[in-house]
Amino acid sequence: MTLLDITNLSLKIGGLSVLRDVSLTVDPGEVVAVTGESGSGKSMTALAVMQLLPERARTKGYVTLEGTQLLEQSEAQMCAIRGRSVGMVFQEPMTALNPLKTIGEQVMETILIHQAMPRAEAEVRTCEVLERVGLPQDRFPLSRYPHELSGGQRQRVVIAMAIALRPRLLIADEPTTALDVTTQAQILELLKDLVQEYGMGLLIITHDLAVVADLADRIVVMRHGEVVETGQTQWLLRNMRHPYTRMLFAASNHQVTLPDTPAQHPLLEVRGAVRDYKTPRESLFGKPGRYRAVNNVSFTLHRGERLGLVGESGCGKSTLTRAILGLEPLQEGEIRLAGTAVTPDLKSAIRQKMQVVFQDPYGSFNPRHRVARLVSEPFHLLDDAPTGSARADLIAETLTAVGLEPEDGQKYIHQFSGGQRQRIAIARALITRPELIIFDEAVSALDVSVRARILDLMAELCSAYDLSYLFISHDLSVVRTITDRCLVMQRGEIVEQGATEEIFANPRHPYTQQLIAAAPVLPEIPEQNAHSQQA
Amino acid sequence: MLRYALKRLLSLLLSLAVASLVIFLVVEVAPGDPASFMLGVNAQADTVAALRAELGLDQGQVARYLSWVTGMLGGDFGTSYTYRTPVAEMIADRLWVSLPLAVYALALSTLIAFPAGIYAAARRGRGGDMAVMGATQLGVAVPNFWFAMMLVLIFAINLRWFGAGGFPGWEAGIGAGLHALTLPAIALALPQAAILTRVMRSALLDILGEDFMRSARAKGLSRRQALWRHGLRNALIPVLTIIGLQFSFLLAGAIIIEQVFYLPGLGRLVFQAISARDLIVVESVVMLLVFAVITVNFLVDLAYALVDPRLRSRT
Repeated sequence: MTLLDITNLSLKIGGLSVLRDVSLTVDPGEVVAVTGESGSGKSMTALAVMQLLPERARTKGYVTLEGTQLLEQSEAQMCAIRGRSVGMVFQEPMTALNPLKTIGEQVMETILIHQAMPRAEAEVRTCEVLERVGLPQDRFPLSRYPHELSGGQRQRVVIAMAIALRPRLLIADEPTTALDVTTQAQILELLKDLVQEYGMGLLIITHDLAVVADLADRIVVMRHGEVVETGQTQWLLRNMRHPYTRMLFAASNHQVTLPDTPAQHPLLEVRGAVRDYKTPRESLFGKPGRYRAVNNVSFTLHRGERLGLVGESGCGKSTLTRAILGLEPLQEGEIRLAGTAVTPDLKSAIRQKMQVVFQDPYGSFNPRHRVARLVSEPFHLLDDAPTGSARADLIAETLTAVGLEPEDGQKYIHQFSGGQRQRIAIARALITRPELIIFDEAVSALDVSVRARILDLMAELCSAYDLSYLFISHDLSVVRTITDRCLVMQRGEIVEQGATEEIFANPRHPYTQQLIAAAPVLPEIPEQNAHSQQA
Repeated sequence: MLRYALKRLLSLLLSLAVASLVIFLVVEVAPGDPASFMLGVNAQADTVAALRAELGLDQGQVARYLSWVTGMLGGDFGTSYTYRTPVAEMIADRLWVSLPLAVYALALSTLIAFPAGIYAAARRGRGGDMAVMGATQLGVAVPNFWFAMMLVLIFAINLRWFGAGGFPGWEAGIGAGLHALTLPAIALALPQAAILTRVMRSALLDILGEDFMRSARAKGLSRRQALWRHGLRNALIPVLTIIGLQFSFLLAGAIIIEQVFYLPGLGRLVFQAISARDLIVVESVVMLLVFAVITVNFLVDLAYALVDPRLRSRT
């Protein structure tokens, strides 16, 4: 019998139609993945099942869980169903737990709120559940607070909360998107095991097609609030009837062709760089401790070279980046850009040779300035910044170079989509013709189709402007296509470096091997599908 | 937790030391010599000099600062220039009015603000919320002395439930004392309650949008259960900050209300002392208020740590 049956579900919030005639089913023990880009309605579909939609949402259609019409349940009835028959895991483990309550209290609450068993038994069950999700009592007692756990461990607590009463259906909304690849692999493994062990149905929402292909029995592809295609995973991967599905898979695996690297002239030289942070004093009058975030890092980036830097969160990538940008001092070693030492009191003439593009296309612009002003911000580094029509021409030229219109300079940033904003960020980095651009997770927040176009743009700019860049990312597949050479960083050290293709094809360091093994990979897409679309 | 408390205590002591120095210097550089002020413009120069010697004003500044600070540590605040009575006694008398009044007002304001803030947050955008927010708008806008006069008009003159002013002293009994402080406390509490309600509401609304509130609902908690079990304690942190600030204000800032109700409180004492160039009283009262403010902040810091485990573990 079908566990969850969604038939012709439509959803409006205010006047806006968010879902249109969505239909999908989940059987017991089955993993169904809903995928699509942002705004496709996949999360809203999940929240509709939980009836945790925004207040003004109006639903039509049928959502049936084991014969119960969820849309017709009262709020009190839904409270009895949530947590007991349906559990839910969310994307952001860092904020999904109440920071003021212990993990024991929070997991036990699921059991107690449904009065499933007396308190003493509930405590035993809580221990068992935490043990089951990989948090053994000797290391993770019930009295731990969320802030004492890592992101992956917190996600395990969230999963424990969701499965404490062994619900028939588990909904996981981007459960691993905020996690590192190795942690992601472990959490996905855990979810898969739980589905088998408990015979649960799992409805997993994810934008990551590699995860989908790895995990799901069935795939539902959504776009603009509609289901465009659905089918058994293997069948769907082979056939892909809908052009959007084909576009999505092709864009996820998008490859660009970079121009050849010119002769080797060092541009950025990092020699024995060490960056220490002070840690809190151990005692009231004791000496503060030291934490070495970057340990003896050396590498050279040559003119015209595209260098990648990969590693998991906390490995020191961001600290190294800040030191290279001259925002923080080094304790040992040195960084030289075109022969000049980089320090926090860097002259603006040198600083101008380096620009950076950040991850978040929403947070990195002043919303009250027009795009022309935003793009020309780096001019304040120049002594002879162009003025008047020369300035306007340069702004127009740069906007055109990143695929926007010169007229866009008069608009405000909120009038642009995430991908367009990232183009504006690239324009801002490009306008002073810097010698080095640092891309700090610059495509990580973008949808796959948008990401593919930004990668194309970067490849074009490489030819047009002889760009040299340092591309920092946790996403191995992107680094593989957009860089010539690659550094792998672990616990503050560069553990492996070399030609990108060589590293990916033949990783030597165990950590690199582990990273590459943990990253979910897209299956080969049949040839007739791969080229029939345009990203 | 202990280390956190010790650290806060250390910073409290440091702040007090710095504050005493600043207060002393500021009062010293203020123009006007107490001795010549007390004796009037026609006083003989040698009479003024004699009085200066008697008051200890002829000593060097360092000596006077040290004797003031060491005296305070021993409970001796010096002798008032104008009244020739120990400052400690004068302050103690007034403190017995001002402190209970401040606590009374704060209790009222908290008792009003918590339910009103929670109610408004739970009914965001609906009629109840709008009514509460309208009332708080009014409460913030209208000055407390106007409230005070209205309260006197209604409850003292028309209904005759309370006296229009004055304080019988605690010797008349706790009941009588509280009775006399009720109208002033209400007048002080209403604007504070209005502010606190708004803070409570917005803190709760921020928390309601947090991911962990959604997690709580996904576990099967009703909206109300989630608000009480997960929302309230998280919202307390900003609210505690405001309560601490309000207490300091209520202790010292009640001058107008004390004037309206004719209460012998600290505010009036410091006002009179300033007009009379009674520097030693001014210094002592200001020092006492600084002590109160810093102590309240210390207590608020400790309360944060009780609410938030992240502070407890971060030394």
